[in-house]
Amino acid sequence: MNATHDVVLVGGGGAGLRAAIAIAETNPRLSVAVVSKVYPMRSHTVSAEGGAAGSIRSDDSLDEHAYDTISGGDWLCDQDAVEAFVKEAPEELLRLEHWGCPWSREPDGRIAVRPFGGMKKMRTWFAADKTGFHMLHALFQTSLKYPSVTRYDEWFVTKLLVDDGRMQGVVAIDLMSGRIEAITAPAVILCTGGCGRVFPFTTNANIKNGDGMALAYRAGAPLKDMEFVQYHPTGLPFTGILITEASRSEGGYLINKDGYRYLQDYGLGKPEPKPVLRSMELGPRDRLSQAFVKEVEKGRTIETPYGHVVHLDLRHLGEKVIHTKLPFVRELCLKYQNVDPVRELIPVRPVVHYMMGGVSTDIDGATPIQGLYAAGEVACVSINGANRLGSNSLPELLVFGARAGRLAAEYVSSARKNDDGSKVLAQAKDEEKRLQALLDGNGGRERIATLREEMQKAMEEGAGIYRTGESLRQAVAKIGTLKERFRDLAIEDRSRTFNTERVSALELSFMLDVAEAIVTSARSREESRGAHQRTDFPARDDHRFLAHSLARRGPDGSCRIEYLPVTITRWPPGERVYGR
Amino acid sequence: MPDRITLEVARYRPENESAISFQKFEVPCHKEWVVLDGLNYIKDQLDGTLSYRWSCRMGVCGSCGMNVNGEPKLTCATFLADYAPGPVRVEPMTNFPLIRDLVVEIGDFMRKLTEVKPWIVRRKEKPLSEGEYLQTPSELDEYKQFSMCINCLLCYAACPIYGLEPDFIGPAAIALAQRYNLDSRDEGASERLDILSQHEGIWGCTFVGECSKVCPKDVDPAGAIQRYKLSASLASLKRLLMPWGAE
Amino acid sequence: MRASPYTEYHPRWLRRRKSTYWWLERMSYLIFILRELSSAFVAWTVVFLLMLVHAVSRGDVAYQQFLSWSTSLPVMLWNLISLFFVVLHAATWFRLAPQAMVVHVGGRRLPGAVIAASNYLLWVMATVLVVWLLVGG
Repeated sequence: MNATHDVVLVGGGGAGLRAAIAIAETNPRLSVAVVSKVYPMRSHTVSAEGGAAGSIRSDDSLDEHAYDTISGGDWLCDQDAVEAFVKEAPEELLRLEHWGCPWSREPDGRIAVRPFGGMKKMRTWFAADKTGFHMLHALFQTSLKYPSVTRYDEWFVTKLLVDDGRMQGVVAIDLMSGRIEAITAPAVILCTGGCGRVFPFTTNANIKNGDGMALAYRAGAPLKDMEFVQYHPTGLPFTGILITEASRSEGGYLINKDGYRYLQDYGLGKPEPKPVLRSMELGPRDRLSQAFVKEVEKGRTIETPYGHVVHLDLRHLGEKVIHTKLPFVRELCLKYQNVDPVRELIPVRPVVHYMMGGVSTDIDGATPIQGLYAAGEVACVSINGANRLGSNSLPELLVFGARAGRLAAEYVSSARKNDDGSKVLAQAKDEEKRLQALLDGNGGRERIATLREEMQKAMEEGAGIYRTGESLRQAVAKIGTLKERFRDLAIEDRSRTFNTERVSALELSFMLDVAEAIVTSARSREESRGAHQRTDFPARDDHRFLAHSLARRGPDGSCRIEYLPVTITRWPPGERVYGR
Repeated sequence: MPDRITLEVARYRPENESAISFQKFEVPCHKEWVVLDGLNYIKDQLDGTLSYRWSCRMGVCGSCGMNVNGEPKLTCATFLADYAPGPVRVEPMTNFPLIRDLVVEIGDFMRKLTEVKPWIVRRKEKPLSEGEYLQTPSELDEYKQFSMCINCLLCYAACPIYGLEPDFIGPAAIALAQRYNLDSRDEGASERLDILSQHEGIWGCTFVGECSKVCPKDVDPAGAIQRYKLSASLASLKRLLMPWGAE
Repeated sequence: MRASPYTEYHPRWLRRRKSTYWWLERMSYLIFILRELSSAFVAWTVVFLLMLVHAVSRGDVAYQQFLSWSTSLPVMLWNLISLFFVVLHAATWFRLAPQAMVVHVGGRRLPGAVIAASNYLLWVMATVLVVWLLVGG
């Protein structure tokens, strides 16, 4: 069974839908397939809360947005990409406004902006505190206008088809019926998001398993900067549900068990009653999460059955501000934590949130494999470097989704069609056999949940906020063992119809590949930069490591690390200064 | 509170069965656990063959709608302890064809959503260089409530009309049409009117009101439909009296 | 029971029939059906009123006949039932009115309770007026 399109998008979230619309508008005669393992409005973009940065105020400038992003990323960002990003971000956000996104407004009707972590000026556009939800629904509903976009809802991509050094399409399972089909196309854009589920405690949904990263890695594309995993400072204990940074930009305080605003002890400035940009609670996420770990070591955090927490204090904001600007935060705290932020303190702790690393792309979203592109969290351009600033991810989806879409459309218009499809079909048939074998297998002994939990535990212990050479060595070994044990996996569900157990098994295998890339890259980088902190190498080392790590799969299946220098244009590496 | 609770979960395996059966599972009952945690426990530890949808587990993606003790609910936002000592009956959402276990087919809604044109319709697009469409906070409030729909489809499960007349466009689709009709930037109200003023459109609704009761996001689709009935009637009357009048 | 044939790649969706007694499954469905039924009784009260007016117009004898008929037990019972349904009709209508009617006063939405309350107030005032006309004046 076979379907053919001009471009296949893997993933239907913010980046995927933006890319689809970009292709449909660039060339309406191209047939676009959006292949998503969930219905697009369920994509994880929907959970984003805080906002999207775009420099529009007269007292702000593109250069300042660029500088904040580059310093926030501890100088690991490719500055040419950052310059392009900050320039296109406001335009993309405005385009989304024209498509119906309900941005919050000033009283005179203009777009409102709020302060956000690590930014010196106010430039974060927001839609109450459900920005990602509104953006995704605006994109999805707008995408319904374009007849050239065909959706494959609940189709799970298992393999990229590559022949002759060029993309030929994908193999996917139609979850409803279980049929396995090759969808051929000369261009494939990966928009599958990050891999938070590799860790045990994450804001990420169940569907964030690093699918696209593993698919690209197995096809021979390198993964860039995988060691940089962002811990968001404020997640609810037990569930890991995100409490948006916007709660701090509206003026929330982080206090330890003595009621003390502890961030002042960590080079983040002096506490003021009102929020000060790039200071205290509006510092960058990596520094805030690291401060938490230090507080735990000093015994100044509160112990709960679900681990150590600190408190987020929003009481002084008043009910009116919380009702207008943070209604979703209040709803989540009441429901899942039984706490009313208007009157009580919210227990919070750092939680894995975002993957700075991903499939290595250039400034237009192209990977080294011809015809393969990537955009969004799955990709690493890199504009986020060693630490992403809050509200840079949502515009990233739009800017690079559009760029990858336009580039893919251009490529396809001039691409050489593959005359001999027999090799591709043979690859697809082999994949079908492999997937069927998972169902017909001879009964393994390892439960999926057991392997997954062991992987998550190993990642948290070995590659958490603070890492050591030894902890990483152990993590690398453990992941290796788990990959061995994966061959003995037990799958009880032999049905073809909506077999979610087979999907979980495939997702686990993707996660193991991604985990391997993370710990191997982390072990290789012997310095501390941004979100990657090594207690055995506590300083930043620009001499050896002002470079991106590239993790590639070797012919023997092992993970090999190389380095690619960072592109510096106008901002030479300097010191990250906050609170001064 | 007891430390275990029984879940009676609906099963349907189309390869071998032609009807729903129920299977009992005993799961831990912690005070923070939601029904979804119970289902995950079953799948991880007891029976890996149970199929169901879930994703964000914070009530914003809309994947995990199911009938819990006969009521359409988001299983990620429904606490097990509220049902102690149990048992808790978990079934697929009513009024949808059943694919497998707790997974229903929602393609009908996806088609109907596209039919109501849920996008900004304008006679002439404003170029980006002219900036944003101005929209005051009170203009935003006009449609904000209807924009909160997470497409969880609990309203379709609760609506008896949708169960009896599958052609009925349904609460969420109409609420989303209203979201655009009331958006000050949109000019597509008359286009949507043609689709919605048919028999399967708003006039299929008899204001049972169950949709608004089960909506987890307080969208109030019933209110959207009734208000639309009024404005649709007025618009139709205007068309009759002034066929070439400005819309 | 024999297992149904299952074709490869053709999932067999189970289409569950809605029971004829679906309206008994939930209290809210039952009240909805009773609410819809109450319209018939509202129509009856109109007919009854027309019968009264017609009897009055035909003179004193006809009027007395009408009165004795309407005070007979079966008619009284029927009218009592009608009264229950008419009250149900009004109460459910007033409860739903705020959802269907959004009233803005000075840029802010009137709370639903205000709309419902004003409906009840008007109803009480109309009742008082009618009673005064019949009994007082």
